[in-house]
Amino acid sequence: METVPKAPVVIAEKALHTLVCELQSAGYRVIGPTLRDQAIIYDEIDSVADLPQGWTDEQQPGSYRVAKRPDMALFGYTVGPHSWKKFLHPPRLRLWQASRTGNEVSFSHDETPSQKYAFLGVRSCELHAIAIQDQVFLQAGHEDVGYRQRRDDSFIIALNCSEAGGTCFCASMKTGPQATNSFDLALTELLSEDRHEFLVEIGSQAGADLMHGIASREASAGDLETAEKLLAQTAANMGRHLDTQGLKERLQENPEHRRWDEVAARCLSCSNCTLVCPTCFCTSVEDTADLAGDTAERWRRWDSCFNGEFSYIHGGSVRSSTKSRYRQWLTHKLAHWVDQFGSSGCVGCGRCISWCPTGIDITEEAAAIGSAASPPEDAS
Amino acid sequence: MATHSKRPKLAVWKFASCDGCQLSLLDCEDELLAVSEAVEIAYFAEASRAMQKGPYDISLVEGSITTPHDAERIHQIRRSSRVLITIGACATAGGIQALRNFKNVKEFTRTVYAHPEYIDTLKTSTPISHHVKVDFELRGCPINKAQLLEVIEALLHGRKPNTPAHSVCMECKLAGTVCVMVAHGTPCLGPVTHAGCDALCPRYNRGCFGCYGPKESPNTHALAAEWQRLGAQLRTIRHAFRNFNAWAEEFRKESEKHEP
Ligand code: SF4
Ligand code: SF4
Ligand code: SF4
Repeated sequence: METVPKAPVVIAEKALHTLVCELQSAGYRVIGPTLRDQAIIYDEIDSVADLPQGWTDEQQPGSYRVAKRPDMALFGYTVGPHSWKKFLHPPRLRLWQASRTGNEVSFSHDETPSQKYAFLGVRSCELHAIAIQDQVFLQAGHEDVGYRQRRDDSFIIALNCSEAGGTCFCASMKTGPQATNSFDLALTELLSEDRHEFLVEIGSQAGADLMHGIASREASAGDLETAEKLLAQTAANMGRHLDTQGLKERLQENPEHRRWDEVAARCLSCSNCTLVCPTCFCTSVEDTADLAGDTAERWRRWDSCFNGEFSYIHGGSVRSSTKSRYRQWLTHKLAHWVDQFGSSGCVGCGRCISWCPTGIDITEEAAAIGSAASPPEDAS
Repeated sequence: MATHSKRPKLAVWKFASCDGCQLSLLDCEDELLAVSEAVEIAYFAEASRAMQKGPYDISLVEGSITTPHDAERIHQIRRSSRVLITIGACATAGGIQALRNFKNVKEFTRTVYAHPEYIDTLKTSTPISHHVKVDFELRGCPINKAQLLEVIEALLHGRKPNTPAHSVCMECKLAGTVCVMVAHGTPCLGPVTHAGCDALCPRYNRGCFGCYGPKESPNTHALAAEWQRLGAQLRTIRHAFRNFNAWAEEFRKESEKHEP
């Protein structure tokens, strides 16, 4: 996506509705936040009416609750249990099919569906997470064709966060709260007693084209200042913090820290943290066939380093203890990832903290393990 | 179909159980024809009176061992079966009837039967693997028919069945289900329970009941502590672990920690 610097504009709340309609008539399935089963998840929306207007979320380690807001904000919450990887890197995907006639076996790929997604409300941490998965799946020489297609076909409407959640720490990871990565459009919700508007930044030609059809006015210096203040406030109110200075080395130097045992005593090896993480990309493949053995299929599905079978090689699992699995996860995410991909694997979205059933907090664990100089604090 | 002379012979056996798991096979309505083309159903009392003699290539065993007679019979079945697969929580963990193992079964027979002297029963209900070598254990109360077909198909084609031993949470997250424990504060056994049901209960906003027994390396202790934080009483925790898979070692030990 090339960057097309265009002056930011302001649109009325109602114009967001038009924007969604325009995307739909351009053939996009619009995916956005919506309320289901007492959580704000990502799914297809028909219109702005499907957004969780007037709702917020309260997040703490191991706890997530939706609640009513005193205002009618459309985006007055942070990230929930889903991430955009659900669409770009689907949980289950058929890779190929094979069929046998006599002694002939033929293979066929599934045509990559020409499904175009428009993602509405992509947070800055999420843009970074998508960029990280791009690096994984679009590596020269091993490009994932389906991912490439889904990625090229997606239209991204980013959202600058007006509030930080209880488990957010993007400010520490330098991945937010302001959307600066590639996006087509970026919104900032400007809401007060007497106004409900959106500041719209334009990040691509496709974004500019879409905005042609939408009533807007040029953003004033005052609008930009309001947005800037909002973002500064969000950055100053992160629920969590992680000191990343020298973190990679501090973690890599402490494979035998006693904190690994302490966290393993609380860890369920349930894999929730990895599956909600927007950067975790691991999968397994499963083969199936029909009873007669005439047709077979190969499927790819999300897997997790917390599962014993994940590290199974001939004779057993390499990581049989929960301690070794947790250590693998945390050190890969925050340390070895840097060696492998040149950045941290964590974008500070806080999902793994909120959605861990026992409330294990990656910022707390990393801080404790990375502070070998002083004796580790008691876990209890 | 008589032309398929080399079809493997399949037998289905029943021990102490409710029949639900065997019925899963009959429940495979759409696939039943394909099953009977792929294997010769040689012994299946629930479905047919035609009972062929052994040996059998595949024996599916439902139910637990609760009587001296059954403790004998399972050895005969093992001797006449090339591959023996247990189906369901009774055959794999002792079933709900293993609750007797925590009490004195004599007291039960005295209370329940007018003539307890006619009752010839063992003190315990035990899984098949406590008596004979088992080649594969399919979990669930009842089993998932899709998994049963997967096991039969994998066996016929000489590959390992896809019945992963990871948590129910995996299935929740693959389906995009909202976690009932984190988002609603509902105690759930999913984090320690073996997958297989496709997270049926969480999908209906209920906590997992643990029908598939312990997952690989379950941390029951940490989960029980979390349940307590959510307000569960010791009794509730004991009963949760003491259910269809009460005699599965990890669940049994955890339930014993919450005795009054
Ligand atoms: S490790 Fe946790 S906080 Fe970091 S990106 Fe993954 S889910 Fe978000
Ligand atoms: S850290 Fe939490 S979410 Fe992750 S595997 Fe352990 S208990 Fe599950
Ligand atoms: S609802 Fe239960 S099974 Fe599903 S993720 Fe939560 S704890 Fe795990």
